[in-house]
Amino acid sequence: MNRARIEENLFKGLMLISTVTILTCLLLILGTIIVKGLPAMNWAMVSQIPKGGFYLGKEGGILNAILGSLYLATISTVLSILISLPVVLYLNVYAKKGSRLAYFSRFSFDVLWGIPSIVYGAFGFTIMLYLGLRASLLGGIIAVTFLIFPIMSRAIDEVMRMIPAELLEASYALGATRLETAFKIVIRQSLPGILTAVLIAFGRGIGDAASVIFTAGFTDYIPYSLFRPAATLPLAIFFQLNTPIPEVQERAYASAFILTLIILLVSLSCRFLTKRFTKHLIK
Amino acid sequence: MELKTHISVNNLSVFYGNEPALKNVTVDIPDKKITVIIGPSGCGKTTLLKSFNRMLEAVEGIKISGAVLVDGENIFDPGIEITGVRKKMGLLSQRPYPLPMSIYDNVAYGPRIHGLKKKKELDRIVEHYLKESSLWEEVKDRLYTPASKLSIGQQQRLCLARGLAVEPEIILGDEPTSALDPKSSQRIEARFLELKKDYTIVVVTHILRQARRLADYVIFLYLGELIEHGPANQIFDNPKQEMTREYIQGVIS
Ligand SMILES: Nc1ncnc2c1ncn2[C@@H]1O[C@H](COP(=O)(O)OP(=O)(O)OP(=O)(O)O)[C@@H](O)[C@H]1O
Ligand SMILES: [Mg+2]
Repeated sequence: MNRARIEENLFKGLMLISTVTILTCLLLILGTIIVKGLPAMNWAMVSQIPKGGFYLGKEGGILNAILGSLYLATISTVLSILISLPVVLYLNVYAKKGSRLAYFSRFSFDVLWGIPSIVYGAFGFTIMLYLGLRASLLGGIIAVTFLIFPIMSRAIDEVMRMIPAELLEASYALGATRLETAFKIVIRQSLPGILTAVLIAFGRGIGDAASVIFTAGFTDYIPYSLFRPAATLPLAIFFQLNTPIPEVQERAYASAFILTLIILLVSLSCRFLTKRFTKHLIK
Repeated sequence: MELKTHISVNNLSVFYGNEPALKNVTVDIPDKKITVIIGPSGCGKTTLLKSFNRMLEAVEGIKISGAVLVDGENIFDPGIEITGVRKKMGLLSQRPYPLPMSIYDNVAYGPRIHGLKKKKELDRIVEHYLKESSLWEEVKDRLYTPASKLSIGQQQRLCLARGLAVEPEIILGDEPTSALDPKSSQRIEARFLELKKDYTIVVVTHILRQARRLADYVIFLYLGELIEHGPANQIFDNPKQEMTREYIQGVIS
């Protein structure tokens, strides 16, 4: 065998090992939550609120946390879209190429992305104190929105930057304004990227415990008001795992399984949507 | 040859940062003729062309001075609406860039932007301009399929149809055939020769033979300076400047 061949095979082998490692990790994680959680899985888990003991009852379910997490992540994701889209459209359509402001904004997103979520929790808590809010769904929403909007912005920005300048030029040349171009061309062309970004942000938002621990609090009840505490799945898992009682620990794994399932479902529906929207894209 | 002026360039200078790309260019572009801009790479042909539809302003650090009069109005006047200027001109770029939508929607994009909603009228426009750019026969059965699926040559004709659909007076082409195969290039050229009855056409090219085939009027640029301009036969057969002669003979390129 010659050298090129050996190198080729060596790298192929390394890539294969990496792929297998990643897949094994995924399977191990899924396996663990399924095996450990399955005994506690039943219909009551997803249809009832906890019974028999504050936070950690062995009976009932975690509907409070499921709904709390869904409300929190969904509303935060929608708010993030409302913040992110104008920002990235501004950066990619209105700001001139190489402008200082654009550079600075992108740099800030990177920094914000890297800040640990507990800091967002603390920051959200400060804002809440300032506004006179107690731990509540609204407080959680504020903290999680701050946590995920830089992630979403950066991810959308990354795909919008890939759009060739000539495509925008083609639209301008037809007499379209920047706004028309932004909505009819840029958003359309980057739609798959936008969906992916929304998905990443949602996943991060629904799975984060540290940002909601002070801000959203926890409760055994189904959230019914923005100004009341709301339970979330990551915290439910955290509290349940922290008990010495094996049955409750099992319920933690079942909760983790439910959380994973939610993310998987959202992810799959996003994929499905993306497929439907991408046929006209310019490659 | 008595020429009516359509675009009048007066003392136009363009700087990218501190680098001059056009130096004091003054030239009149005749109405309903094909004007060809020639010159070596980097001499400012694209810059001159893009100044006509104010496409340069999006570039960071650009400085433009002088005036470009279209139909007697300076397009750089603060009171002039930029979309109005652009609507007057169809642009064909070096590579075709269809919009991320169907063939039909590509052609209808401009008219829709400018407020046309009636489906019937849009249908008529789409068909008319697809025929005008000799693409209709090839796409009439798949108007609603993605434009990106067309061949490059077809895409360029689609871009032509799209540009014509906003009913411009002027067609700008920046090396519009450079990405195309010979057959497709021929079709575009044939379209231009046909369209000059109704439109003022300005084309950048560095293919001299193409320039000879198309040009009624020629502008020769060198390093940002306008060296010579005049009717095609004069520039090609009897240039006044030594530099023009050398360029046409292929001594400099
Ligand atoms: N966006 C830009 N920023 C900075 N300099 C630029 C920019 N665009 C063009 N230039 C410079 O301006 C000069 C003229 O460029 P232009 O694109 O007009 O040349 P051209 O004649 O069209 O060349 P070609 O035949 O290669 O297309 C070149 O020196 C080029 O480097
Ligand atoms: Mg050029």
